[in-house]
Amino acid sequence: MLFVKDAPKQSLVVRRARVLDPVQGVDAVLDIRVDDGVIAALGERVEANGHRIVSGEGLLLAPAFVDPHVHLRTPGREDEETIATGTAAAAAGGFCAILAMPNTDPVVDSAAVLGALVDQARAEAVVAVGFLAAISRGQAGAELTEMAELADAGAAGFSDDGRPVVAPALMRRALQYSAITDRPLAPHCEEPTLSRDGQMHEGAVAAELGFAGYPSVAESLMVERDLALAAYEDRPIHLLHLSARESVNALDRAQADGVRATGEVTPHHLCLTDEAVRSLDPNLKMNPPLRSADDRAALLDGLRGGTISCVATDHAPHARHEKDVPFEAAPFGVTGLETAFAALNTHLVEPGLLPLPTLIERMTSGPARAYGLEPPRIAVGAPANLVLVDTRAGWRVTEAGFRSRSQNSWLLGAELTGRVLMTVADGRIAFER
Amino acid sequence: MRGDVVPPDRPERRHLISIADLSREDVERLLSTAASFARSLDREVKKLPTLRGRTVVTLFYESSTRTSSSFELAAKRLSADTMSIKSTGSSVDKGESLKDTAITLGAYDPDVIVIRHPQIGAPQLVASVTDAHVVNAGDGKHQHPTQALLDLYAIREELGGIEGLHVAIVGDVLHSRVARSNIQALTLMGAHVTLVGPPPLLPRGIEAMGCETSSDIDSITDADVVYVLRMQRERMEEGANYVPSLREYTARWGVTPARLRPGQKVMHPGPMNRGVEIDPVVADAADALIETQVRAGLVVRMAVLYDLLTRGPVGVDVAAAVEVA
Repeated sequence: MLFVKDAPKQSLVVRRARVLDPVQGVDAVLDIRVDDGVIAALGERVEANGHRIVSGEGLLLAPAFVDPHVHLRTPGREDEETIATGTAAAAAGGFCAILAMPNTDPVVDSAAVLGALVDQARAEAVVAVGFLAAISRGQAGAELTEMAELADAGAAGFSDDGRPVVAPALMRRALQYSAITDRPLAPHCEEPTLSRDGQMHEGAVAAELGFAGYPSVAESLMVERDLALAAYEDRPIHLLHLSARESVNALDRAQADGVRATGEVTPHHLCLTDEAVRSLDPNLKMNPPLRSADDRAALLDGLRGGTISCVATDHAPHARHEKDVPFEAAPFGVTGLETAFAALNTHLVEPGLLPLPTLIERMTSGPARAYGLEPPRIAVGAPANLVLVDTRAGWRVTEAGFRSRSQNSWLLGAELTGRVLMTVADGRIAFER
Repeated sequence: MRGDVVPPDRPERRHLISIADLSREDVERLLSTAASFARSLDREVKKLPTLRGRTVVTLFYESSTRTSSSFELAAKRLSADTMSIKSTGSSVDKGESLKDTAITLGAYDPDVIVIRHPQIGAPQLVASVTDAHVVNAGDGKHQHPTQALLDLYAIREELGGIEGLHVAIVGDVLHSRVARSNIQALTLMGAHVTLVGPPPLLPRGIEAMGCETSSDIDSITDADVVYVLRMQRERMEEGANYVPSLREYTARWGVTPARLRPGQKVMHPGPMNRGVEIDPVVADAADALIETQVRAGLVVRMAVLYDLLTRGPVGVDVAAAVEVA
């Protein structure tokens, strides 16, 4: 289900880093040794065995991150991102695995399109990539894709991300039929007659700026519907990019009722509110939109308490000329792979709003479990998926610093604290600063 | 007029993009400058040499009669060179982006670019890629600051002041940049504002701008000024169901003689839909300030151009400056 360019596994030793894996219950200053891509030793003092030695003094060593929601724009918009540049950006952000959404051109709705992507990932992906396939052909919301064949071809799950599955009957059929694939459905929850031409969150800021509002109920109504259908069909469901308090509440209730539902939240929804849109910067335009301070607080509570088990960047690259237009004319979406950890460390961990171990868990095993992937972990015998971070290093986000082919970051010019220094993905050094 | 959108590496450049950028002192100064210009227009030769050698470009991406003509005449009355670009018949027709058009016009070093555009944020974009002072002549549903300034001017002319007045703004607030600029301008100057209209056309959360809302047309009774908004038929997309019909709108919220008290002033930004949001008898009555508004447009836009291009340190005596010019 995950595909990566073949390369020799590597060996190295990291000495005296703070090794933190909340799932394994590890949090201590330790040495770690990787032999041919596998964690071979973990302890107070391990033998180097002639391997390259990296000093971890004052640094954090954690399981590398998993991003369950990325747009690689391939096929169709390779001017915005490719598998090579997108995975390089992921590695620079500390990710060892990412999942790509199928709203490309053509849409990933056939084994032929998916097969070509798998081949391309095997040729150029520097970290592992999984591909979601569409729920409906052409994401048109009318006919199911050939889910069984797509699953055999390697689909990691199914989503019409970017668009809602409007008809309840189609969503129900998708839940029923996808049972034979054992892959989750990941709906983009948006009731389109309520979101309509909405440009930003409906509220006082939109009222003042004159933007058509995209109300939070446009999301939460669809969340409620999809949770009801998943409960009725007793099927797992993963809710993409939650933005509203009512959505978090609905997910929490469904989980308490035993529905196998998970949810994700983006760094920008955790760090910003609709107040930021006053700048009219097109890099603050995304779907779902930035919401109120109350919604932001609910998302943070949901992530802290575990109702929301995943951080997802929704990395959405756009060509410069498409964002260099008035806010209303700009497409939805911002990049996020290379800034996710630093943004959350700066805005949530440092001010004491989210414990670091919780953040690590929500960026590693949380997303892996949602899609049934092997969680990255720090344990002897596990494949080496590691990120080495200087959590105190300050840096400025600049266009020139991105590995991504696009620069539409909501953080351009921002000063952040926390920098990824090295990413080991399945036993290979995928990034090193 | 703070230079909020000026990149830090450039000298400070002032724009008029939103009423939110103005202080009460800014508004007082602009209105008194406009009053000085009104006196000068009583002279036989109406042209002032004040902005000789300056260039004012008007860039209109939406149709407009009164705003584009009054900006152009305002610039000419101040002896500026003017250049008018309309989206039809220009390179915009050929798919040129706003940014590229702005950079092209910027190459002529205009002192002021006046822009009207259907999209919110267009004036900021122009300000970020040219060295000109930018005046927003209407951007989407966001702002129309010179309209609000001329409305303040007209109210002051007729009622002597703005502080403490009660103004009811009636109609389609949701789609109205005139309403947003006027709410900010009127509350900045100490007026009390009530928005009146069908609930779907009163944007959720708009009370945070410091006004009240009501869906009962009788709540205009206490107002000193009833400001009637245009029912923008072109914004009423099919199936949106903001109101069931224009007939029902007119029956419930139309401003008719029966709903007004004697002495209540009535304003409208034009163009009017007679018989829809405003009864023809009201539009033509002595208490209607609609012509006063149009006349105010010229002197207020002269004042805006003058202020952006010539304003010295804060506190300079504007009336005297006009005399010297």
